[in-house]
Amino acid sequence: MTHMQSQETTLPKTGFPTYSRTRRKALLKSASIHLVLIVACVIAVYPFLRVVSISLRPGVSLLSTSLALIPEGATLDNYRTLIFDKDFTIWLWNSLIVSVATVLIGLLLAATAAYAFSRWKFPGRRQGLVFLLLTQMLPPGMLLLPIYIMVVRLNLFNTYTGMIIAYSVGSVPFSIWLLKGYYDTIPKELEEAALVDGADPLITFYRIVLPLAAPALAIAGLFSFMTAWNEYMMARVMLQKASMFTWPLGFQRLRDQFTTQWGIFSAASVLVAIPVMLLFLYSSKWLISGLTLGGLKE
Amino acid sequence: MLPLTWDIMVQGLSEVVKLVLLVATVVIILEALAYLILVKWLKLKNALAFMLILPALVGVAILILYPFGFNIYLAFSNMSMYRFKEFSVGLKYGIGNLLDVFRVPVLQRVTFFQLFLRTFLWTVINVVFHVLGGLFLAILLNRPMRGKAIYRTLLVVPWAIPQVIAALAWKCEFHYQYGFVNILLEKLGFQSVQWMSDPFWAFVAVVIVNIWLGIPFMMVTILGGLQSISPDYYDAAQIDGASGWQQFRFITLPLLNPILTPAIILGVIWTFNNFNVIYLVTGGGPMEGTDILVTSLYKAVFEFYRYGFGAAYSLVIFLFLLVFSMIYLRISGGFKGAWEA
Repeated sequence: MTHMQSQETTLPKTGFPTYSRTRRKALLKSASIHLVLIVACVIAVYPFLRVVSISLRPGVSLLSTSLALIPEGATLDNYRTLIFDKDFTIWLWNSLIVSVATVLIGLLLAATAAYAFSRWKFPGRRQGLVFLLLTQMLPPGMLLLPIYIMVVRLNLFNTYTGMIIAYSVGSVPFSIWLLKGYYDTIPKELEEAALVDGADPLITFYRIVLPLAAPALAIAGLFSFMTAWNEYMMARVMLQKASMFTWPLGFQRLRDQFTTQWGIFSAASVLVAIPVMLLFLYSSKWLISGLTLGGLKE
Repeated sequence: MLPLTWDIMVQGLSEVVKLVLLVATVVIILEALAYLILVKWLKLKNALAFMLILPALVGVAILILYPFGFNIYLAFSNMSMYRFKEFSVGLKYGIGNLLDVFRVPVLQRVTFFQLFLRTFLWTVINVVFHVLGGLFLAILLNRPMRGKAIYRTLLVVPWAIPQVIAALAWKCEFHYQYGFVNILLEKLGFQSVQWMSDPFWAFVAVVIVNIWLGIPFMMVTILGGLQSISPDYYDAAQIDGASGWQQFRFITLPLLNPILTPAIILGVIWTFNNFNVIYLVTGGGPMEGTDILVTSLYKAVFEFYRYGFGAAYSLVIFLFLLVFSMIYLRISGGFKGAWEA
């Protein structure tokens, strides 16, 4: 109320009353929009700030009912314990090499297939694209049992190879859709000109189209990296040996000792979440246009 | 404690590099064979296209089609942990498994119909809140204003955090004594809630977590849609004297439809299939009170070791999703425009 009154007094007395009223209304509207957005931001960010705060708690006050964001006696002890006394680094390493290999294999399969879907109108093209969509609909766990049995029979249980094979095709359908959308935007005239000059269509693809599609390849790669990096269910079934754990399995184990390791679990979460969040924020624009399957195309 | 030694790294790297090189070699051999046979020898019209698709096709066949078929085969078997190697296959097992899905509790207490109803509730509540919340925030953000980029970035945080971390962290925060949810409730003068031991409140807890996780995706998608609507439409409507609600109803919603439809389909499928949130926050408990179809599927197979039954059960779940998507696509006109170009 005082805010509004002070607004009124600052307005020139000789001004049009209607003008000041609409202006006041606009100010009020803008203020309430900001207020709502600030509340929404607090709700969105607070749980993560809590994780950061708990990771800084000293051992003695780990279980406290304080809501202070910077705890009393804040310390980096939990980070030190995590890095030097836990299997943290080995979990990260396992996740890293499994994810990178998954990306390489996935892109190898998707890059050329997407090009075919983009440039040729072959029979079965439409059905193929629909089929790729359908695979995204399989309930998680449905293919888990058959793949688990396959991996056990091939003696690949508890190995990187088994994990990578199980992950590799998972993001191929999405990558094909994303890359196809991008190839569609590359003008065909570029390739046609090269073909007229007598170049082989395959060489044209590798020399002209693929380099132009580098941003899309990066985004598809990033997406399959994130999928593999954050995957939990498959890993839980395929890996039983602690030395093979990926970080989601290790983290769950830490969280299970909630009352003693909450701080360490939180420190681990902060270290993994921050790079992932930065990568995500940087790439989300492209991910979304891929997710809506060309819906954003004008 | 297992230190990450140089040896472990070299060993792991060599295993992985070998695998990637092996796959690359197989891909090159496949393509070369396809090139010689389809392009040079048979000279088919679309030979190059098939050659380019072949590696992906083989991959999908080995890791999606074959497991899918094998899953159907398993559904007609009596395979379980005790009959892992010597199981029998037959029509009577298939029918038995299928009937069991509807006849006996999927795990120990809850029946298929209860699970189905709960999954339905879970999906509808979540997606409705995701869309309404996303729409609301997107409309607020879709105007020239100060700090827009900051708001947008902060609001996306729940989507950006790895889901496993978010779920595990929320699980801590629903702790009766030390979680911030109860501490906050008490500070506001309410009573603490037994989040993890009362099935109803446990369900509320997982729904809260998943709504929190899912709004940013809808917000960002809808914001993209709003920005693609030309302001001319609104100018024209204002000249004709349309109210704010009328503009929303007759301009914004119809023009948002091409983006909203795929987003809602994806949202429904993701929510219906959401394993991580429920499994990591409540584990489906207490007393199977928060299990949905996909978590009970996982538990039936990997905690109760009922492989044949689980395979049949997964087929039933898949059929429900498929029918839903088909109906929705038919009604809404679906992915028009995605085929062209």
